[in-house]
Amino acid sequence: MGIEGIGARVVRKEDKRFITGGGRYVDDMVVPGMKHAAFVRSPYAHAEIENIDLTKAKGMPGVIGILTGKELKADGIGNLICGWMIHSKDGTPMKMGAWSPLAIDKVRYVGDAVLIVVADTKGQARDAAEAVEITYKELDAVTEAVDALKPGAPQVHAESDDNLIFDWEIGDGPATDAAIAKAAHVTKVKIHNNRLVPNAMEPRAALGQYDKAEDHYTCWTTSQNPHVARLVMSAFYNVAPENKLRVIAPDVGGGFGSKIYIYPEEIVCLWASKKTGVPVKWVADRTESFLTDAHGRDHVSEVQMAFDADNRIIGLKVDTIANLGAYMSLFSSAVPTYLYATLLSGQYAIPAIHGNVRTVYTNTAPVDAYRGAGRPEATYLLERTMEIAARELGVSPAELRRKNFVTSFPHQTPVIMCYDAGDYGASLDAAMAASDYAGFERRRAEAKARGKLRGIGMSCYIEACGIAPSQAVGSLGAGVGLWESAEVRVNAVGTIEVLTGSHSHGQGHETTFAQLVSDRFGLPMEQVSIIHGDTDKVQMGMGTYGSRSGAVGMSAIVKALDKVEAKAKKIAAHMLEADESDIVIEDGALKVAGTDKTIPWFQLALAAYTAHNLPQGMEPGLKEGAFYDPSNFTFPAGCYICEVEIDPDTGKTAIVQFVAADDFGNIINPMIVEGQVHGGLAQGIGQALLEGTSYDAASGQLVTASYMDYTMPRADDLPSFVVSTTVTPCPGNPLGIKGCGEAGAIGSPPAVMNAITDALGHEDITMPATPHKVWAAAMKH
Amino acid sequence: MSEVSLAVNGRTVTGTVEDRTLLVHFLRENLGLTGTHVGCDTSQCGACVVHVDGKAVKSCTMLAVQASGSTITTIEGLADGADLHPMQAAFREHHGLQCGFCTPGMIMTATDMVRRHPEGLDEATVRAELEGNICRCTGYHNIVKAILAASQTMQKADGAAQAA
Repeated sequence: MGIEGIGARVVRKEDKRFITGGGRYVDDMVVPGMKHAAFVRSPYAHAEIENIDLTKAKGMPGVIGILTGKELKADGIGNLICGWMIHSKDGTPMKMGAWSPLAIDKVRYVGDAVLIVVADTKGQARDAAEAVEITYKELDAVTEAVDALKPGAPQVHAESDDNLIFDWEIGDGPATDAAIAKAAHVTKVKIHNNRLVPNAMEPRAALGQYDKAEDHYTCWTTSQNPHVARLVMSAFYNVAPENKLRVIAPDVGGGFGSKIYIYPEEIVCLWASKKTGVPVKWVADRTESFLTDAHGRDHVSEVQMAFDADNRIIGLKVDTIANLGAYMSLFSSAVPTYLYATLLSGQYAIPAIHGNVRTVYTNTAPVDAYRGAGRPEATYLLERTMEIAARELGVSPAELRRKNFVTSFPHQTPVIMCYDAGDYGASLDAAMAASDYAGFERRRAEAKARGKLRGIGMSCYIEACGIAPSQAVGSLGAGVGLWESAEVRVNAVGTIEVLTGSHSHGQGHETTFAQLVSDRFGLPMEQVSIIHGDTDKVQMGMGTYGSRSGAVGMSAIVKALDKVEAKAKKIAAHMLEADESDIVIEDGALKVAGTDKTIPWFQLALAAYTAHNLPQGMEPGLKEGAFYDPSNFTFPAGCYICEVEIDPDTGKTAIVQFVAADDFGNIINPMIVEGQVHGGLAQGIGQALLEGTSYDAASGQLVTASYMDYTMPRADDLPSFVVSTTVTPCPGNPLGIKGCGEAGAIGSPPAVMNAITDALGHEDITMPATPHKVWAAAMKH
Repeated sequence: MSEVSLAVNGRTVTGTVEDRTLLVHFLRENLGLTGTHVGCDTSQCGACVVHVDGKAVKSCTMLAVQASGSTITTIEGLADGADLHPMQAAFREHHGLQCGFCTPGMIMTATDMVRRHPEGLDEATVRAELEGNICRCTGYHNIVKAILAASQTMQKADGAAQAA
């Protein structure tokens, strides 16, 4: 390991611009003639649009155009789609309700976009939007999935008469029922996984520019995957053919899943630019973000975990209802199915599993992947159940888990996944040692003397990252492949540009990816530039989500680097009159091993482009591209231990210690990996303690639609974290990487809730465990 | 419309603005100082913090006309030429940022925090003082580390300046 190579704690290259105010986010973009948009949105959760009167609004100062859904449809702009087909267990396809980018005759949630106003300034656009007069006929609304399934519930879409989107299953039902029937003990738990709002700090934004002379569109957008945005807007929404559409995702201020999807606003801004003849910029305010960013989680489940007399798990049965909101967002169907139920085996050898998932329409914001996406729901369900089972069985939660761990690999679960490598005992041991688990009862007694309730809880999570082989996801219903692409361009002076289809919105790719290249050729990192986020520059890409940029994105770079290295060695062998197999690359030079014959990297690069002395028949240049399709999911896993202290008089929960021991496989930059864990933990702890998304059941209004109402984790809600890693390299990719972006958010909620319920002495509390709820629960103690 | 005149990052600037124009919009849209960000609209997130006459202020909470006559420092004006301010350097050194969107506000809040605590800072104080700044990426762990480290650097520098 060099000071800048793989494994080094290199400070980030991209930081310079961010700490000096030089970041370039979509709202910072200004193009000539640019005007501003405001969307008029439904104030009702469910209503018919009876009339739209634009007379007054059109006369407002600065108004350039006001465009409606009818005009959008007349121009052939398509409906939004869900890109992952799921079939119900009876073989029928999921029931996808029509989602027009601008509502035409009906609105289905508060915030549903109805029309766009374009004006000279943002203020004028908003003033005119206020002057639009729409007559609605309000309809009854339903916000909870369980209620939406009841007979007589308001019907959200014509395509589903009972609000059911699909009723899907996985695993072996009869075998699981048989296991439960013969079990020595069955732990039964009802699990509620609270709805969350992702809340990237940069609100979503879009700037659409139509160039009439070239008949060409450019869209600057807050996207985690600009190439996917281009593909979907072109192939499904008829905005423009791919070769006439450039999508740029510049600096993006956090995503956490919410910026994967293609939303109505970017489509409408592009279309509106053509209609009005001016570039159109829209930037969400925070309440618009709360109302319309895809939300996360929102599951209710019933769980039965069956044990034999030796406390081994012999069966697991799960029945889940998942709220998908008013429309099916781009990957919404995959989250509560293949990203969730396939993880129901956890870290455990469970011979029989059956999962049943019903997904449901309600009059709420669409729900899709949010940091972890399905895996936090599976982990919360399993790890709460394990802890409760240990309490019921009167055994140590750690030892119950250890007894049931998968210990030999590969391990085929009953729910599709084949775990390739791991050492779950190692991360459990590491976390227990770091948390002084053995000394807890002494700390509990000491806290009790101070009038505080102290509790400890653990969570042993596993997740699946990188997503998967394209052929496999295709067979499961995905509408896209899940490869990644890279191009490595060695310039004639030896500097290197790497063009990657991954997208960084905080993950530090400009540093980590450069470390990889620096390590390979022994070049200083400053000679390596990472280019991403622009479909005109980067050849192709699938973007960043599912902790895939390391395991899949960097693997594509490795493949391209392999090709560059092979060609460079051929050239060097020719120039140094040596055998190709004797050429080594180190310290920025190509050398003939065991001799003093050497050629500096920059000289070799120049030779590749002058092409004066290349091997016979070789093409000039030193630039290679590659696509990498993963061979399997990767399986990060670990153990988190949380210790809390509750003040029973106020219900305030203090996290007094949080320990994380993760196995991410090999690590390129430990500093960045630790940062990813810290951030994930904060989001998971936020879910457990603070973050609740509340719709008023009667009106369907989002009650928590600002930072005054939705409790974001702040610095004084959190402790400093104790994080460490254990390593079992991933055998499935060339770098042995598993991925680290989501683990913290996946593993932490059950650890917190297990600690709180340990302190309370009973299980009767749901997330978020707010002071009021904890105080009420403590009264039962 | 109103005339405003203020000193921003050492330069006197004037402009004609709608009365309702917020200071943050004047900085971003009239002056092109886009390092100051808008993250919430309710004065909660702190992405818009700048220094007004030496004190940290949420620039989404102040009208441009209210700021007229003031001296403003934004994130673009914090470094001393090519030399980063110690707080900027500490955020980089300790990985106190990821997506970078909250970072300018965090840094402007943090430098003011150090100024207001000549007795020095501890972790609990830093966390309490960050109440008005939200970060969704870092879990605050490394932001707290960075501020504590920069606080020491800045105090040493102050001590050295006073000794000299």
